[in-house]
Amino acid sequence: MMEPILTRYVREPNSYTLDFFLKHQGYDGLKKALGMAPNDVIEAVKASGLRGRGGAGFPTGLKWQFVLKDTPKPKYICCNADESEPGTFKDHLLMERNPHLLFEGCLIGCWAIGAKVAYIYIRGEFYHVQKIMEAELAKAYAQGYVGKNIMGSGFDCDIVIHRGAGAYEAGEETALIESLEGKRAQPRIKPPFPAVAGLYNAPTAVNNVETLCNLPAILTNGAAWFTSLGPEKNGGPKLFCVSGHVKKPGVFEATMKTTLRELIFDHAGGLRDGHKLKAVIPGGSSVPILLPEQLDIPASFDDVAKAGSMLGSAGIIVMDETTCMVWVARNLLHFYKHESCGKCTPCREGGDWLLKILTRLENGEGEMRDIDLLVSVGGNIAGKTLCAFGDAAATPALTTVKHFRAEFEAHVREGRCTLPADWRASKTPVGAH
Amino acid sequence: MSFHPLMVYDRDHFHRSERTRLDEGKAFTFTPERRAALDDLLTKYPPDQKRSAVLAALYLVQEQEGYLTANGMRHVAGILEMTPAEVEDVATYYVMFFRERVGKYVLQVCRTLSCALAGAERVTEALSEKLGIKVGETDPSGMFTLLEFECLGACDRAPIVMVNNEHWHERVRPQDAGRLVDDIRARGVAAFNGCHLKLEKS
Repeated sequence: MMEPILTRYVREPNSYTLDFFLKHQGYDGLKKALGMAPNDVIEAVKASGLRGRGGAGFPTGLKWQFVLKDTPKPKYICCNADESEPGTFKDHLLMERNPHLLFEGCLIGCWAIGAKVAYIYIRGEFYHVQKIMEAELAKAYAQGYVGKNIMGSGFDCDIVIHRGAGAYEAGEETALIESLEGKRAQPRIKPPFPAVAGLYNAPTAVNNVETLCNLPAILTNGAAWFTSLGPEKNGGPKLFCVSGHVKKPGVFEATMKTTLRELIFDHAGGLRDGHKLKAVIPGGSSVPILLPEQLDIPASFDDVAKAGSMLGSAGIIVMDETTCMVWVARNLLHFYKHESCGKCTPCREGGDWLLKILTRLENGEGEMRDIDLLVSVGGNIAGKTLCAFGDAAATPALTTVKHFRAEFEAHVREGRCTLPADWRASKTPVGAH
Repeated sequence: MSFHPLMVYDRDHFHRSERTRLDEGKAFTFTPERRAALDDLLTKYPPDQKRSAVLAALYLVQEQEGYLTANGMRHVAGILEMTPAEVEDVATYYVMFFRERVGKYVLQVCRTLSCALAGAERVTEALSEKLGIKVGETDPSGMFTLLEFECLGACDRAPIVMVNNEHWHERVRPQDAGRLVDDIRARGVAAFNGCHLKLEKS
């Protein structure tokens, strides 16, 4: 197992404080960056091959390079701290236990692209985390690590923590920008991309929390060190969130050489006693299911894609044999129906249709043709919306039918859920919020 | 009439958008402290982008009134140079804003997959039974409102109950849910186990 980089001190008392951070190489990466030309920082990040940790895995250095240079407008870094993908809780840990690492990453990003403000858009539900961060940010301002003339370099940069108010869609980068501008969190038509016209119509880079937290170590230890930590094009430390039917759910830091099986059975302690693995969602609820025999692959962006799924936000949800897959699909479609922003018709209406069909099936009131109807409706959402939400919403229905069609058929034949579990509601599905 | 050849699309299955009438509430102005807090927040955004503070302003209305009233939203619209419709547009989108009176303690149980795998549905059932109310309702004493929330982002500590958009109670077992209600009645917010400090070694 590798020595953790991002989460090394998270279990230490007071690891979130500025004093602790400064005693452990805190703000060293920023110091290094401020001694370099901004363009050289971008080149260093490009050389490291750092890929966005929010879900898409897009190279961060490239994203920064696209940010328009010759413009009279201000530029912005928006940190996407709206972590809402079901099964994902890594940014939560980083912000709670290591907020200065994120501030340092934000400042390095601002220096590289020429921004004077970084907005950290944190989901409203993380208010307990935000209060810790605000207290620490005030200390960083007072000691000259944020604000005017940072560490005597002449560089001025502010960090603002902006609280969301409960919207999964705000995690989509253009929807995040809309929300930050005081509107509904709905995605924009692209192009133009945020790098050209983002926040307040100015060039903007939107980066995930974990992505920004990787920057200090890249600058301190160098690009070669970073790439050496993982398979080709999947370098660096990575945080994996394992939840569901495992003994020790949690956030585990490892390289992307680690296999999914190791993450589930070694890091997370394997399944509950006496239970067998049934299915794994490897990258947050929006990605296709992997079966137990598909887990001996490195948990990297490219290897998981090759296996027919996505690493996404590395939210690994583990389900044992007591889990009804019709129920899983219904649970997730309830989420997607509720969270659809309503802008694109296929997603707004289709998500609702999928939920209704799945509820019917789960309650034993479905017909055989409903199963094909799921596939048909799902296929009419995926790829037909402005943002990736549509694909995400269709996936739970499509992937469960693909791998577990027999379970759907059994529900119809027997007129009831054929796999009720003692950890589920004893009555019919509970009401919607 | 159906838009899809296989879709049952009769009167009962028709998808309708809901237009809710907002409660007018009392006449509203921010308390001087809250107004000062909002003015301070406005300095963090460009002077011509006051609208960026709308979520923060709505949280302040909610803090003062307990929920968002039409009068409160109009007041916010005046300060941020928005139309009341624009404020309502935002207020009705985000789930953490309450548009009707809620109980002193709003119990927000995470219902999404990882929490559900850990027994969240049973936690909701137990709370519902203990309080004698359904999800979405407030108990007659006005003490508790029970809501289901979508993924709260702490799946390793499932199931989670968030309270009043702020306090967290983690690893709730269905058999403990009833006791939690009694404990809140007796001790208020001290009843919640929070989260972050539990991680520390010492």
